[in-house]
Amino acid sequence: MKIPDLTELALRNLRESLLRNSLTTMGISVGVASLVAMLSLGIGLQQLISRRLVRSGLFDTVVVTSRRDPRGMGRDEERNGPAPSESRVLDETARQEIERLSNVIEAYPDIRFRTELRFEDKPHMTMISALPSSAKANDAFEGMQGAFFSSDTAPEVILQKTFAEELLGKAPGRGVDETNVADLAKPLLGKELTMNYAQRVSGAVQPSAPVTNGAIPFDNSLAAASYSVVSREEKVKIVGIADLDPESMRGPIRAKVFLPLKFAEGLHVMQSVDLSEVSRAASGQPVYSSIGVRVRNPAQIQAVEDAIKNMGFNTFSILDASRGLKQVFAVLFAFLGIFGSLALVVASIGIVNTLVMAILERRREIGIMKAIGASDADVMWLFLAEAGAMGILGGVVGVVLGWTIGQVINLGTNVYLKRQGLPPEHFWAVPWGLVGFALLFAFGVSLVSGWYPAGRAARLDPVQALRYE
Amino acid sequence: MTTAPVVPAARGTVAIRSENLCRHYRMGETVIRAVDGVSIEVRAGEFVALLGTSGSGKSSVLNLIAGLDRPTSGSVVVQDRDLAKLSREELAKYRLRVVGMVFQSFNLIASMTLAENVDLPLRFAEVDRGQRQTLARQALERVGLLARMNHRPSELSGGEQQRAALARALINRPQLLLADEPTGNLDSHTGKEIMDMVRQFNRELGMTVVMVTHERALAERYAQRMIFLADGKLIDDRPNAPTVDDVQIRGGQS
Ligand SMILES: Nc1ncnc2c1ncn2[C@@H]1O[C@H](COP(=O)(O)OP(=O)(O)OP(=O)(O)O)[C@@H](O)[C@H]1O
Ligand SMILES: [Mg+2]
Repeated sequence: MKIPDLTELALRNLRESLLRNSLTTMGISVGVASLVAMLSLGIGLQQLISRRLVRSGLFDTVVVTSRRDPRGMGRDEERNGPAPSESRVLDETARQEIERLSNVIEAYPDIRFRTELRFEDKPHMTMISALPSSAKANDAFEGMQGAFFSSDTAPEVILQKTFAEELLGKAPGRGVDETNVADLAKPLLGKELTMNYAQRVSGAVQPSAPVTNGAIPFDNSLAAASYSVVSREEKVKIVGIADLDPESMRGPIRAKVFLPLKFAEGLHVMQSVDLSEVSRAASGQPVYSSIGVRVRNPAQIQAVEDAIKNMGFNTFSILDASRGLKQVFAVLFAFLGIFGSLALVVASIGIVNTLVMAILERRREIGIMKAIGASDADVMWLFLAEAGAMGILGGVVGVVLGWTIGQVINLGTNVYLKRQGLPPEHFWAVPWGLVGFALLFAFGVSLVSGWYPAGRAARLDPVQALRYE
Repeated sequence: MTTAPVVPAARGTVAIRSENLCRHYRMGETVIRAVDGVSIEVRAGEFVALLGTSGSGKSSVLNLIAGLDRPTSGSVVVQDRDLAKLSREELAKYRLRVVGMVFQSFNLIASMTLAENVDLPLRFAEVDRGQRQTLARQALERVGLLARMNHRPSELSGGEQQRAALARALINRPQLLLADEPTGNLDSHTGKEIMDMVRQFNRELGMTVVMVTHERALAERYAQRMIFLADGKLIDDRPNAPTVDDVQIRGGQS
């Protein structure tokens, strides 16, 4: 039989025992709805978490260090590269080369140095690091007091909460939530800090070199041939107090004070790496201890990492951690999928039952059809079409139902989040792929459950069937 | 197209031949011989009546010829097809293309209108919708039910239902019309109406007709030949005395 004919006959037959078939179809809808609800919750949660992770800047960042750098975060696998003494220097040329790699958004030097900051004439030693302007999207600055740097070259700083506490002479809170950032921000925002630092000056410095702010020039015996170091002072304005720690991944060398990248670059601060690179840094190019590389998409991290390794540098990213996360989600999906499908399995038993009943009732009709020339296949397809039609109808209703359930739960949770003073979250996602999958799955399940009854109908002996009243 | 003669085989060639046809049912220890060694030959264009008491095996023989059932032993050959050798698929095709059937209990599908009932075989034959409608209309017109084409069987009298069943049997232009007590549920007047129609098909369309009945009068009036069964065995096979109509027809032909 032709497909339009099959469909028409199937729908007609479904209408004939409307109540029973509607109930069966409703069973499928509930099954599909539960599957859609479960899976869209899983997808939504995954999207929520990966959104967070991408914003955290951890999953799209590769940290590049030179193989010569003993502090490099290199792992065992990188030991078999060229010997440290022969490997490349991580200088400006290398940075530009890395930035030109495909899928790399930016490669910014990781400028960090330990120095003294004076606030109201009291000195405070701290680690300072520079942030590229793209760091503005970082989650750590989401609930920040004040504002992000007004420009990439502005003499401004953002303080981490614990350093702000230190400046105000407060004992650092044991828990993160103990002091309110807003209270810290009030006396600090807009104030100035004086930063003392050692500037690296290319070429030998004459004793009469201009000295700003009365800094004392001194000779670096090692670097005499290539550069000298001058002590300098700079005033910076506090523009923001960050609640969270943007460098939570960096461990002991994490910074508490942040500067705009271009501004920090312009300072030419003497960094620890300079000392070890004396012989090579003669070119006058800046040499970096490490470079942060932002990748367009976390999925491309591996490729970028490999490319940089081929250039002769050590790399580090949190890719392994994200691999573990993928596994967690695979397991979560499997569980949600299985529980979601259970209802559909129950519904499929409903289809089998309905069709077996229909065959008993329509035995005579099957006999008639066979007597006037229907083949086994015709009868089989007719019943399969009925099962499939119930599957598709149930699937459509189920997707709508599942989507509605999801919206309601999303709404309810956001009301709850709001009461708790938390921002609303969209952790519910029904992508078109899921809709298509659910419909196909419902159709497939209904065909599989229709198989046995349809086969039984097809094999019915027409003489017996016609005798049946 | 239902008005054109349908039989490609010339009148008079053998249309149905059964040889030592048997259909036995095994009920535990006992064997019921519903059909027991029946050998018959029906010529193309013939109108044959199968007669016998209830349980004598008339329906069983008809079902074997119709390809609805398979013989336990022996053979039925219909227009050079040995039905016992056909696959289930081929038998279905044979029923669809070669055989038209009508039953005592009409056997229309209750949930369908007359037009849909009549065009059902065309759906199995995968005929286009447009052509199907034309053919269904023609067939219903032929049995005088065009005005009722959108009615359901339950809205029709018994005679009308049987006429619709005849239209359905004709729609694929079969060479064989097999009728199992087509007038059994009808009063004698309506029964005659149906029989007149069957005879018309036999004469105008050249269809070979095998009709089961236990009304001898009906057989004598309409059939050219009467085959008598008892306990599954053929006990008599004789030509009918030519009726007045037959004489006229045959006279006209020669
Ligand atoms: N499926 C079956 N199982 C067992 N016996 C059967 C079966 N079908 C038919 N029979 C037997 O075969 C015999 C012939 O039956 P059949 O229906 O051919 O008779 P019939 O001549 O058509 O009778 P009627 O005039 O009452 O329709 C009967 O004795 C019947 O009981
Ligand atoms: Mg009978």
